[in-house]
Amino acid sequence: MNLIFFYLRKLFSIIKNEVLVLPSRVVAGIFFLALLLLPLFTEDPYLLRILTLTSIFAILAASWDLLSGFTGQMNFGHALFFGVGAYGAAMLNKYAGIPPWGTIPLGGLAAVMAGLIIGIPCLRLRGTYLALTTLAFPIILMGLVFAFPDFTGGELGISGIARLARSRVASYYIAVIVMLCLCTIMWKITDSNTGIIFHAIREDELAVRASGINTTRYKLLAFSLSGFFAGISGGLFAHFMRIAGPSTLEVSMSFQVVIWAIFGGIATIYGPIGAVFVLFPLMEILRFWQDYRILMFACIVLLILLYMPDGLFRWLRDKAEKECPRCKIRNVAMRHTCRICTAALD
Amino acid sequence: MALLVDIVMSGLISGSVFALLAIGFSLIFGVARIVNIAHTAFYMVAAYCIYFATHKLGLHPLWSMVAAIILVTLLGIISYKLFINPIREHHGAVLIATIALAMAFQEVMGLIFTGSYLSVPKLIKGYHVILGVKVFYQQLLTFGAALLILGGLWLLLMRTKLGLAVRSTAQDREVANLMGINEARVAMMTMGLSVGLAAFTGAVVVPLTVLEPHMWMHPLIMMMAVVVLGGLGSLKGSFLGAYILGFAEAMVVFLAPMGAFLKGSVALSIMILVLLIRPEGLFGVSFEEER
Repeated sequence: MNLIFFYLRKLFSIIKNEVLVLPSRVVAGIFFLALLLLPLFTEDPYLLRILTLTSIFAILAASWDLLSGFTGQMNFGHALFFGVGAYGAAMLNKYAGIPPWGTIPLGGLAAVMAGLIIGIPCLRLRGTYLALTTLAFPIILMGLVFAFPDFTGGELGISGIARLARSRVASYYIAVIVMLCLCTIMWKITDSNTGIIFHAIREDELAVRASGINTTRYKLLAFSLSGFFAGISGGLFAHFMRIAGPSTLEVSMSFQVVIWAIFGGIATIYGPIGAVFVLFPLMEILRFWQDYRILMFACIVLLILLYMPDGLFRWLRDKAEKECPRCKIRNVAMRHTCRICTAALD
Repeated sequence: MALLVDIVMSGLISGSVFALLAIGFSLIFGVARIVNIAHTAFYMVAAYCIYFATHKLGLHPLWSMVAAIILVTLLGIISYKLFINPIREHHGAVLIATIALAMAFQEVMGLIFTGSYLSVPKLIKGYHVILGVKVFYQQLLTFGAALLILGGLWLLLMRTKLGLAVRSTAQDREVANLMGINEARVAMMTMGLSVGLAAFTGAVVVPLTVLEPHMWMHPLIMMMAVVVLGGLGSLKGSFLGAYILGFAEAMVVFLAPMGAFLKGSVALSIMILVLLIRPEGLFGVSFEEER
């Protein structure tokens, strides 16, 4: 009994001293709770559908950030991973009859293979060369999809695959919980030793190599990790929409991911996720002005970038929090002294 | 034999178009390190301007082409000043700013002219039959005009003071600045030049294609492939790469079954194969690592 009270007290003090002191942590906590508790208050199918899709795309945007934001390997063809995941899951389900809980991870593995296949030639390229080359891969795959319509369904895609879950609420929970878990994992990866090496590769690859780190291996690791997460989101998408079509491989899909990630702020993980949760529902709201929808979307992105070129969520976080100059711990912007070392904040 | 003439004509036309686009794209990339995704969107806007001037205002196609090139160049400079220049130091932001610009242009054109397919009358009519294939004079004109403007561009870059400024800024921005070159102005003028080239491409190609708001997507991809294949920042490479990919595309379309679907795939696979052997492209100088 005492032990339970001890842990409860410990939890309470962690929440009080570590979570509630920083607005970003509070917001993250509220975000988790709100997503998990939402179906208790409303079962509006439209809202649930939007949030399910938003969660699926949040995984995709975060996985782009892991590869391109952290490791600096600018990938303009992220739709490849998404498409391979979606098509892989759909084919396994349709032709082999494997249920969704099996096809989605297998689709993710197929995307890892794709990541390795494109990663190996791309390792020798950097910067803009890499970005422009990766753009080509989904288009090549799309050409193949159109050229073999018997197997891939051609323009119509593979339809009639199994539902993600029986009810909408269950689908919602699957997507949201998978999203929260995978994004936490990605955030943990970027926080770990590996993540620090990823960071360093983006900043100065030569210096990393000079420190005796095999950068090739780490870049391939980044490609396959990012491919895995993107493939899972592709599989979820295929099973949720019950169709895997060529739209998953389109150039606009690749561009969309880049827009989400950079809009939210790269190399943060939370930035792209937040950006998807802002921009994707925004697109739905703009449906009221159907004709002007994409135009307004483009204008909003342009205007926000003019004032926050580092990304929306980085800007917000910098406004709300300050870093202590002495101990590098973050504080609420309202404080005048650091909460740990009491140094003056400027 | 007839097939051969078809392939040669189609390869020459698309090769010239890709060369014009790719050189404009690599100019602004070389000088200002801007990856301008909206480059081919300007080409689309120019094509629509010509349609508007010839069909709605009743101008002669030649005058409408001149007007379209001037208007689109101005549009390019204005959008550079408004949206790209303020955030130039943030490469990622510039990137999606240009994507957003391209989307905005596509939507505006779609709203004004609807999404339906449109066409523009040919500048000169008539054709000549070679080996049983109709070769339109317009096709020859497009090809000739493209070569002419490429020659003019080469002279501008190699023989004038502006060209010297552009080349030296592309080589080393800071040193060029120290030598008294107004780097910001050179960047703006290069943007104008590059957009002007895109508009010119739109003008020469518009009588041969159909207009629709998504017409910028395919050239964009091919243009990027050309730039990578030839080597970033190398005009000779872009020129040669454009014809290689143009002919590859034409051959796939005319020779392979399902060619129309596979043309992009084959051209892009060629690019990747070349990159496997030469990572810096055909004529690219491997950049010193920019740190």
